[in-house]
Amino acid sequence: MKVTEKDGAYVADLANLELTVEERVRMLQDLNSILQHIDSLNELDTAGVQPMAQVSDRYGMDESKQGSERFAYATREDIHEGLRKSLPHDVALQNAPDSDGIFFKVPKVIER
Amino acid sequence: MDLNLLTIDAVRSAVQERKTTAVSLAEAIYGKIEREDPAVGAFLTLSKERALVKASEMDALAAKGEKLPPLGGLPVGIKDVLVTKGARSTAGSKILGNYMPPYDCTAVARLEAAGAVVLGKMNCDEFAMGSSNENSAWKPVHNPRDLSRVPGGSSGGSAAAVAANMAVATLGSDTGGSIRQPASFCGVVGLKPTYGRVSRYGLIAFASSLDHIGPLTKTVKDAAIVLRTIAGRDPMDSTSAEMPVPDYVAELEKPVRSLKIGVAKEYFGEGLDAEVRKSVEAAIEKLADLGCEIIKISLPHTKYAVPTYYIVATAEASSNLARFDGVRYGYRADGARSLSEMYRRTRDQGFGTEVKRRIMLGTYVLSAGYYDAYYLKAQKVRTLLTRDFDNAFKHVDVIVTPTSPTAAFKLGEKVDDPLAMYLADIYTVTANLAGIPGISIPCGQTREKLPIGMQVLGKHFDESTILRVAHAYENAA
Repeated sequence: MKVTEKDGAYVADLANLELTVEERVRMLQDLNSILQHIDSLNELDTAGVQPMAQVSDRYGMDESKQGSERFAYATREDIHEGLRKSLPHDVALQNAPDSDGIFFKVPKVIER
Repeated sequence: MDLNLLTIDAVRSAVQERKTTAVSLAEAIYGKIEREDPAVGAFLTLSKERALVKASEMDALAAKGEKLPPLGGLPVGIKDVLVTKGARSTAGSKILGNYMPPYDCTAVARLEAAGAVVLGKMNCDEFAMGSSNENSAWKPVHNPRDLSRVPGGSSGGSAAAVAANMAVATLGSDTGGSIRQPASFCGVVGLKPTYGRVSRYGLIAFASSLDHIGPLTKTVKDAAIVLRTIAGRDPMDSTSAEMPVPDYVAELEKPVRSLKIGVAKEYFGEGLDAEVRKSVEAAIEKLADLGCEIIKISLPHTKYAVPTYYIVATAEASSNLARFDGVRYGYRADGARSLSEMYRRTRDQGFGTEVKRRIMLGTYVLSAGYYDAYYLKAQKVRTLLTRDFDNAFKHVDVIVTPTSPTAAFKLGEKVDDPLAMYLADIYTVTANLAGIPGISIPCGQTREKLPIGMQVLGKHFDESTILRVAHAYENAA
């Protein structure tokens, strides 16, 4: 077992998940079986290989440009109203589980 | 009109020539949905009012004798991970059960601007995470070709609706095969464009470096028409590429003679069903008969694609799904005494098992001490996988593979074995990691009459050539 019960609890905490006792047991089994499969990547020597986080920094841009110049098309002036107007207050709040009409409301954060 | 024979051009010319109206066509399809969808489960929400407004608009144009736009009157369905203004968009999740988006996804807006009639929202795996549509929080989708089988996933509803003629075209999303694999299982055409080809503005994000939007249709030509409509730079999505959009439809008719078709041995190895292999090999022979040159190639890192994918995809998902916290929209759990308890309970109750599994895996591979061993390692292997394609495309124009190692499996068959489910994506995840385009088209069926799909992969931004090869095969088959 690579992922222990303690690791599982720690990761659930990071992910803001609680998980029931049954869920935790099952989750550990699944994570360990998937990670075992993933371990096959260690067969590969990747020393000197550059990591790839994105596709769009190497395909579909102007090859003659360098660095951030390549993405100049994706930038714009920093202006108050950008590509579209911000949502009006009432529209931004219409899906809120709880609001007072001005702000989103959440359970108390700071104990007095 | 026979709803089963409709294509984009057939709809448009029938509405244009007043042989039918877009309104009566939409109503006929809604009737069919009412009768037949309870057994299939393809639709989650119907947007009748919006559809009929658009349809009337098209009828008014036709009545005045004005030329209809390219998708005039076309009944379409939209995967529920694409947001639609005022039409409930849940991404197949309870956590967005009552979400009414305040804006439209660019791809949907472009379809409607071209005259399409949005019938409703298509069922899918929760947050597009799944290969069978059994992870929908609402209901599973049944494959219209055999109701005891899955339609594939995650765009299962989008594929099933086209196969069952409850829509002429649909939009899906594809993060690891979620357009192509269900297209293959349901016997329709499914296209994943190049990364950056189609704006993702308004796509509820799963894994941002792998997510794509694309069409599911009955014919290759229809896929080309929809792609032509939705492709191109969108200032609202900085990852959409500033590349000219060719006329994919005109390009279809170019000859395929002497195109070089790569066949990679890694896609025909262990785990490939014998009937699927036979059908795809027969399709490759057919392409040779059409004058294509078949070239054996190797994509040596293919077997590392699924493990790489499940690190990259889950890492990105764990980050993207952090926004679902019960504050600004969506579900909120009752009775929490503190903010952190509210977050936890909301996410615990709002997310399904597979989504939690992926958030956990993604959080684990990004956590301190494991980042280099998993996430960074996977990013490096992603480079190797992409290089495989770059090297192959120095010698060939397209690569032909099976879309999925098997035909549609039974509902419930893999639901308890996440790893077996992940391996259903073995031939499709590579294109997402490399960002290259891929299309799945029907290429025969099994003895049990289940559809088999063939995948055609192409160079970055060369959708024209994969569409052309797929179109030539479709015409010859």
